[in-house]
Amino acid sequence: MSARREPRVDGALAREHGLSDAEYARILEILGRTPSYPELGIFSVMWSEHCSYKSSKRHLRTLPTRGPCVLQGPGENAGVVAIGDGLAAVFKIESHNHPSFIEPRQGAATGVGGILRDVFTMGARPVASLDSLRFGPLEDAKQRHLLGGVVEGIGGYGNSVGVATVGGETTFHPCYRANILVNAFNLGIAEVDRVFLARATGVGNPVIYAGSKTGRDGIHGASLLASAEFDAESEAKRPTVQVGDPFTEKCLIEACLEVMAGTALVGIQDMGAAGLTCSSFEMASAAGTGIDLDLDRVPQRAAGMTPYELLLSESQERMLLVAQAGREQEVLEVFRRWDLDAVVVGRVTEGGRMRVRWHGETVVDIPVDPVAKSSPELDRPAREPADLRERQKLDLASVAPESDPGAALEALLDSPNLGSKAWIARQYDSLVQGNTAQGPGGDAAVLRVKRPDGTATRRGLALAVDCNPRWCWLDPYSGTLAAVAEAARNVACTGARPLALTNCLNFGNPEKPEIMWELAEAIRGLGDAASAFGTPVVSGNVSLYNETSGRAIYPTPTVAMVGVLEDWERHAVAHFTEEGRAVVLLGENREELAGSEWLALRRGLEAGHPPAVDLAHEARLHGLLAGLVAEGLAPTAHDVSDGGLAVALAEACLAGPRRIGTRVEVADTIRPDALLFGEAPGRVLVATAAPEEVLRRAREAGVPARAIGRTGGPRLAIGPPGGPAWIDAELARLHGIWADAIPRRLEGR
Amino acid sequence: MLAVVQFPGSNDDRDLHFALKSVLGAPAALVWHKDAELPAGTRGVLLPGGFSFGDYLRCGAMARHSPLMAAVRRFADSGGPVLGICNGFQVLCESGLLPGALVRNRGLHFVCEFLHVRVERAEAPFLSRARAGQVLRLPVKHGEGCYVAPPELLARLEAQGQVLLRYCDAAGAPVAGANPNGAVANVAGIRNARGNVMGLMPHPEHAVEAAIGGLDGRAILGSLVDAAGAAR
Repeated sequence: MSARREPRVDGALAREHGLSDAEYARILEILGRTPSYPELGIFSVMWSEHCSYKSSKRHLRTLPTRGPCVLQGPGENAGVVAIGDGLAAVFKIESHNHPSFIEPRQGAATGVGGILRDVFTMGARPVASLDSLRFGPLEDAKQRHLLGGVVEGIGGYGNSVGVATVGGETTFHPCYRANILVNAFNLGIAEVDRVFLARATGVGNPVIYAGSKTGRDGIHGASLLASAEFDAESEAKRPTVQVGDPFTEKCLIEACLEVMAGTALVGIQDMGAAGLTCSSFEMASAAGTGIDLDLDRVPQRAAGMTPYELLLSESQERMLLVAQAGREQEVLEVFRRWDLDAVVVGRVTEGGRMRVRWHGETVVDIPVDPVAKSSPELDRPAREPADLRERQKLDLASVAPESDPGAALEALLDSPNLGSKAWIARQYDSLVQGNTAQGPGGDAAVLRVKRPDGTATRRGLALAVDCNPRWCWLDPYSGTLAAVAEAARNVACTGARPLALTNCLNFGNPEKPEIMWELAEAIRGLGDAASAFGTPVVSGNVSLYNETSGRAIYPTPTVAMVGVLEDWERHAVAHFTEEGRAVVLLGENREELAGSEWLALRRGLEAGHPPAVDLAHEARLHGLLAGLVAEGLAPTAHDVSDGGLAVALAEACLAGPRRIGTRVEVADTIRPDALLFGEAPGRVLVATAAPEEVLRRAREAGVPARAIGRTGGPRLAIGPPGGPAWIDAELARLHGIWADAIPRRLEGR
Repeated sequence: MLAVVQFPGSNDDRDLHFALKSVLGAPAALVWHKDAELPAGTRGVLLPGGFSFGDYLRCGAMARHSPLMAAVRRFADSGGPVLGICNGFQVLCESGLLPGALVRNRGLHFVCEFLHVRVERAEAPFLSRARAGQVLRLPVKHGEGCYVAPPELLARLEAQGQVLLRYCDAAGAPVAGANPNGAVANVAGIRNARGNVMGLMPHPEHAVEAAIGGLDGRAILGSLVDAAGAAR
């Protein structure tokens, strides 16, 4: 008999595993008996919020996921879209929020490792990463520690594994104080006809385990860490955080890509959340097969590991492969060359059952589909927050006008949200693989595309990640529209055509109707904007329970947009490149200050209805920009967003290798602070040597446009026509403030 | 033919190979670290950047024990040009093919940025395409690039003209503010006494295309291509 000492399985133990009584009853019904302890563990992870999307899937189903470019939509490890030249972009964004709060360095590092595996699992070489990070205010020592640790973790892993981190966003707000967000995006390139799926097809085919040995780390990361609220005791969950080994990951990438270049491989899946369990169930379920697994053959880091631990461990850098029968040696040989463990641990079987043996005993014997496919789906009640209308109230007439616009601009540039992120970007290798035409600091990163064989193409990609959580808190629907619109606009500012998107939905506890309402509204906005732009949602991740001691984060639906350039060398940059160029404003200024950074920073108010997004106008803007940039008419194009026109102009002056000033006159009759700092979307600054042609093109495209000034000189001046300037500042001074915004806070200055 | 050595954990190997072969048009091949010999016809060896063996011990400390490193040493002993970039520089120091050592950046953080280096001596085989005093704009990306040497070693390197590149400002002045990692005397690149082995922290392979990093890296890689061609 078994030498295992395992707890007795009953309803109480199921509850400890995060399973509801109804879910446990369903398990008893499926099995027709009481589950074994490892079986209970399997159900608990497979049916966890993290793995099953049970609260969100009925809403996610409404998203537009198809389009001419889509080769693979949601449901696989990552989305796949055709980008031309017979190549595909494979990408996804995923959260690693709770682990990063508990152990910032390893939490963030393993977040990067996990998203890389999602991408190379599909046959793509990972080429570029982005990160969307949210922290509490840097005045708090704990937040400084978290920021430093997360950045070190992302850099330590990404740099070592040889994948460039080319951009991202980092913002700060008190709502993230006890629940930071770490969303990691990765994109890889594959040949269109060499994309691999997670399928255990072919009865009798060998199932191969490759990579790191299995240890006791990360057990129940998915079910207990990612699918429950935080509280004061959460620090005690540190052992559920995995530890990353980027060197092994690097070798795994190279070995897997080598195996995939051959013909012996049938299917492949990484062991991410819920490890061996999730990967084998998903592969068998997708193929309509079963798998027999022999746990004694699994490479083990510690002695005496139980079946429960072996099945649920989330040790990193592990892959599960199915090869053609008789060709396993070819596959094993590649891993041996890279000094990686690789062993046959099982076989594909008929009959749709997962059977797991350990020490000669069958410890798991359950049907695959009821676990993988019939996970519960919930229709949770949703209710608009009682105070929402109150949040949205803002009477501009009662907001005192800005008395010192120059000081306001300096204060905005000094805020960590708008200040330079060079302190962060500098710690990431943004150059490796030699494709970075525009790295961190632009509106979007621009990459040259190489074929998997290493030869260059003319094709380029633009990548941007965006979300304004304050707007989403004020109105999750229009805030999410704005997030998609901004990500698309950022991509379009490089001259690229927005193609498809991925998203990471970070929300609080879905068991609360108000949170569920926010989630549903955000998904509705995501769908509407994606449809309007023809940019399908091809992958994504939902991160719920982002709240601590009952306090939720602001709804944060992070959107990462991928766009395509026909010629990577013809792209625009966000900064001024030459003196004497005309500055043209595309789009309309509006008297909007609701939800703005200015209102929060200078008036201590987070209120109002976020500015409306005109999706049709945004789409016209995309087309106009693509044409202008492709024809060399707009070497500079920069989105007007957080901080408004004044901050956008300052960024264009400051962000380049050489500071170039400008003098701008705006004739709008709206209140000057709204004109300078209002955040009405749909606006882009362009610098051009041919303003007449740009204005003509804009007219044709139906986009309002006007010349507002000229580049040159060492100052930034903004004012009404002929009148005294509202702002007239020396660039050297602004640069000092902007560049020091984050360093000075980290050094306690 | 130029041999680019691939260690497990090398990251800039493919980029270096691309720069040599696709951009500069030179014959080049990737060579696996477990091979016992360099390919026949090798006229130059390059050790790329990255994190060989994860750099979990000291950087480059494991890679020096790879089988191919014995062949690289013989190649260097016979006068063949060997260029180590970043992690490759660390491997050459660990192997004793170059003097001194590279330690953690003084600021402790990894640093990725474009900066300036001044060419101290424009000599073959690594800098024949440059001029003495020329300022090159190149990227660095490393966490352990602080070159250290005891005073007597540094004095010898300076006296014998073994310091080839120094961090400097855009005008060419080797000021402290231009030093990204705290390297002694702003040293960015050195050679051995014989002049056929060079190590540098900046990455010339990431500055060979006008629209990706600029062209200044060609001054270094192009020189090696010339030297390998002349030796053929």
